[in-house]
Parts: sequence; structure tokens; C-alpha cells
Amino acid sequence: MIDVNCYIGAYPFRELPHPEPAVLVRVLEREGIERAWVGHLPTAFHRDVAAGNEALFAALEPHRAMLDPAPAIRPDWPHWERALASVHALGARAVRAYPAQWGMGPHDARLARLAGACGEIGLPLVLTTRFEDARQRSAIDVSPDLGGAHVRAVVRADPRVEVIVTAAGRALIEESHWGLTAEEQSRLTWDISWIWGPPEDDLAHLLRTVGADRFVFGSGWPLRLIQSPIANLELLPEDVRRLHLAEL
Amino acid sequence: MVDESLAPLAGVTPLVDVHAHFYHPASGRSDWERVNTARLRAGERIGIRVHIASILGSWGHTSPTYFPSPRDITAGNDAMLAIANANPDRIRCYASVNPNDSTHAREEIARCVERGAVGIKLAASRRADDELLDPIADEAARRGLPVLHHIWQHRTREWPGQEISDGADLGRLADRHPRTSFILAHLGGGGDWAHSCAAVADIENISIDLSGSGVDRGMLDLAYATVGASRMLWGCDITMETGLAKLRALEAVGLDDDEIAEVRWRNAARIFPHNALPGIPTSGVAARHTNTNMRVPG
Repeated sequence: MIDVNCYIGAYPFRELPHPEPAVLVRVLEREGIERAWVGHLPTAFHRDVAAGNEALFAALEPHRAMLDPAPAIRPDWPHWERALASVHALGARAVRAYPAQWGMGPHDARLARLAGACGEIGLPLVLTTRFEDARQRSAIDVSPDLGGAHVRAVVRADPRVEVIVTAAGRALIEESHWGLTAEEQSRLTWDISWIWGPPEDDLAHLLRTVGADRFVFGSGWPLRLIQSPIANLELLPEDVRRLHLAEL
Repeated sequence: MVDESLAPLAGVTPLVDVHAHFYHPASGRSDWERVNTARLRAGERIGIRVHIASILGSWGHTSPTYFPSPRDITAGNDAMLAIANANPDRIRCYASVNPNDSTHAREEIARCVERGAVGIKLAASRRADDELLDPIADEAARRGLPVLHHIWQHRTREWPGQEISDGADLGRLADRHPRTSFILAHLGGGGDWAHSCAAVADIENISIDLSGSGVDRGMLDLAYATVGASRMLWGCDITMETGLAKLRALEAVGLDDDEIAEVRWRNAARIFPHNALPGIPTSGVAARHTNTNMRVPG
């Protein structure tokens, strides 16, 4: 199993216990998770992502047997295409973008160009719905949650782009998935980190309706407990417990 | 040979969910029975020995969830009592009340306790530190019942649909009623949990329930550091996978087996009435129990 939604580094709005790669490796080993795609959390809030990406690659270097870099690329920054080529050459497993934090609307042409560029070189584009529950955010953390319009627009931007959306709930997943053609749906995958389990059983419902092949394992560590999506899988009702999530 | 697929995911040590909810036909959702069944199914899988639950009126169908009418309060409590009576080996209930009608609230507590309720549920009909809650807190102390109070972790503004309270508001009520046991609801249920931990750290008659959909890393660590294992209660509220996750995380946070047992069941056994929880041993926890069922702080 691969966790596609991990980070290292500090979060601007609260203290996180030990957001370091060595700790992440221990956590993954403890939980029996083979690998993780790892972003650099502070970079989501930076204007220039270059320094954060450098820090990410450097920090993960001793742990590349388990940790794959997922650097951020801002398509509103000069020479972002070079930055994308560079992280690709360095072995990035995916690219992260944060349109809500970067002030990019759903139909921002720069976001579409990033999607096309990722599609061209075969790197998945990871979008983040939220870092924290909206009810606890700092007064200066005014970025909205990622919306369905963003998701649909990015998927439609280029027929080659593979999109993974993390930390979405049932409503966003359904309005996005059912708002796309079958071909577009096949290029959109969701992590399960923020989907409710029993008794509402949103995850079970989505596995039955949207399909298990559209979901991957993700946790949101170090913001959130990695035990939660594991527990969610274990508590699935019998008819969906043995379904396999997508493999990336 | 033990079939591991049937073993409870959280082990066989007693486990009490102090914050559960059920639905009923007047809840306004057609799948109410499915959700109730799913809670019991997941509870069996986790290994929950007792669900202590409430129904908040009509859940908004015929009066607002957090401002329920007296009629809906009574109907909801009746439905909850019926569910508990149908599952005497695994479900207990709170008497849910709206303090804006003091007479009805006290009558409802008496009626529900007579029929088996083991605690009082206050939601968000009136701010926690309002004097209208005093007679309810007095009644709780007199009867030895804990009060589970819905909390928004750090109230920075008013929110629609509820007169929300936070840890500081509950702290003022608890200070006025030192003989009453209060449960600060769902630390992971939304808002800034760090504020709540700080607000109630020194108030010995407030315990914190860990339920809620939030699974922020650092939350359990801070609760443990500020109120300690003896004032932490395990619960799920409306997401049970997060409850199981937080239970498993307690070990990583640093609680030893004895402290985890406190959180799983012993603290609940202390603050709920003696022998009120089916299958929960009282041996070893009775030392803090008084003849009047009132919790002795500390």
C-alpha cells in the first residue's frame, strides 16, 4: 500500500509533532505501508516554491527507498516549465499544486497549462482539498476548500493529465465524478483520508457507486493521524471490505 | 484456534463510547434504520462494550437540532429509551434536554432516569454559562449523573443554528457546580481543540471526550499533557473510524496500558452512576465513588 498524501515540514498555523522524514518512515513501517508520496508542507504557502522543493529533495534523499518526492510547481511563476523539468529529472513521483492557496480560479489558464505539462511528461497532478477543518482555521487562513469546478476544469484541461485529489469528502467527490465523462473519470483519483466511515458509511457508498478503482490510500500525515484511513478500511461493511483500491 | 477476522479490532478490554447518537423514524431521513444498524455493526467490529447515546429531538426535521421543541425532545428521548431497552446489553442513554424550558427539562430528566437514562445531554440551546443551566447542573449532582455538553472548540463568533458554547463557557458552569461531572463533548468535533485543552486544564470536574471527525496529530498529545489520562474519555460521535484511530494512537502518544484502560472504560465507570454500564466492571474503580453517586474531584 502507498500513502499518496504525506508531507514533511512545519504548518504555519499550529505546531505539528515531529514532521520529519525519519519519523514518517518509522510510522509507515509501524503501519505496514510500503511507500509514501511526500510534499513539503510550508511550500504550499510560499510564493516562490524553489527553496521548498530543494529542501524536500534534500530531506528525502536518505529515505528514497520509501519516500517519493511530490514537489510543488506554481504555474504563475517565471520559468515554471524549467522547474517542472528539473523535478522530473530528479525523480519526482508527482507534482502538487494548491490553486486555492495561490489565488487561482477554476478556469485559470495557467492551471490548465500546468495540467497539460504534467500530462505530457506523465507526472500525476495532486490537488489538495484542505489542510484543516474549516471550523478551526486561523483568521488569516482564508483560502477556501478546493471546489468541484476546480477539479472538473483541471481534469478536462488535457486528455493526458492524471489528477489525484486529496482530503475530499463525499460531496466533492460525487459532484466532480458525476460531472465528468467516463474517459475523464478514468483520469481522476481520490485519496480516502477525509471520507467518512461508519455509521454514515460514505466510503462504502462511494466504493459501490464510483468504484474502488477511483480511490487510493492517503492520510494527510503529519497533519492527521495515519491510523484513520486504515481504520476506515477495516470498518468497511462485508460487501466492500475485500475490494482493492487503485494501485499507482 | 481463534478466528482473528472475528476478533474486535480494538481488543477485548472493555470499551465505552460515551458519545454516540441514534436516529428514529421522525428524524426526517429515510435511512435512519440503516445508520443505526451500521453503528451497531461497526461497534461490534471495534469491540465497543457500551454505546452511551442520545437523540437530539427530531434532528432538525420538525424543530431545529440545537433548539428542539419540548415535544420533539420528549419524542427523541422516547425513541432513544426504546433503542436502549431493546439492546440492554450494549446501549445506555442520556436524557437530552433544552434548558430554555426549565420545568420540562427537569421533568424530562426525572422521567428518563426513571426509565434508565444514565446521564444528561445538553447541546446548544443556551450558552453553557447561562444561569438557566444551573438547575440542570444541580439536578445532575443530586442524581449523580454526568452532563455531556456539546462544545465548539473555541467560539470565535456566533454560528447559525446553535447558541454554541466553548470550553471557557463550560468551565464557568463547572466552577459553579463542583459536585457535578461534566463531559466536554467531541474534542475532535470542530474548532480549535488547543483552546479547549487550555480552558479546562485546571477544572477537575470536566472530562474531555475525544470523539469527533477530527484526527489532527497533536490533539491527543495536548489533551494528555493538559488534563491527563484520568480525565480523557473515549468516544466516536458520528464517525467511528476516527474513534478507532484515536484509540490506537493513544499508545503512540505515550499512554501506558493502565492509562489507556482509564480512557477506554475506567473513567466512564467512575463518572456514570454505579453499575450503570452493562458488562463494565466496577471493581477497582469504586474507590472514587461516593454514596450519593457524586464524583469527588481529584
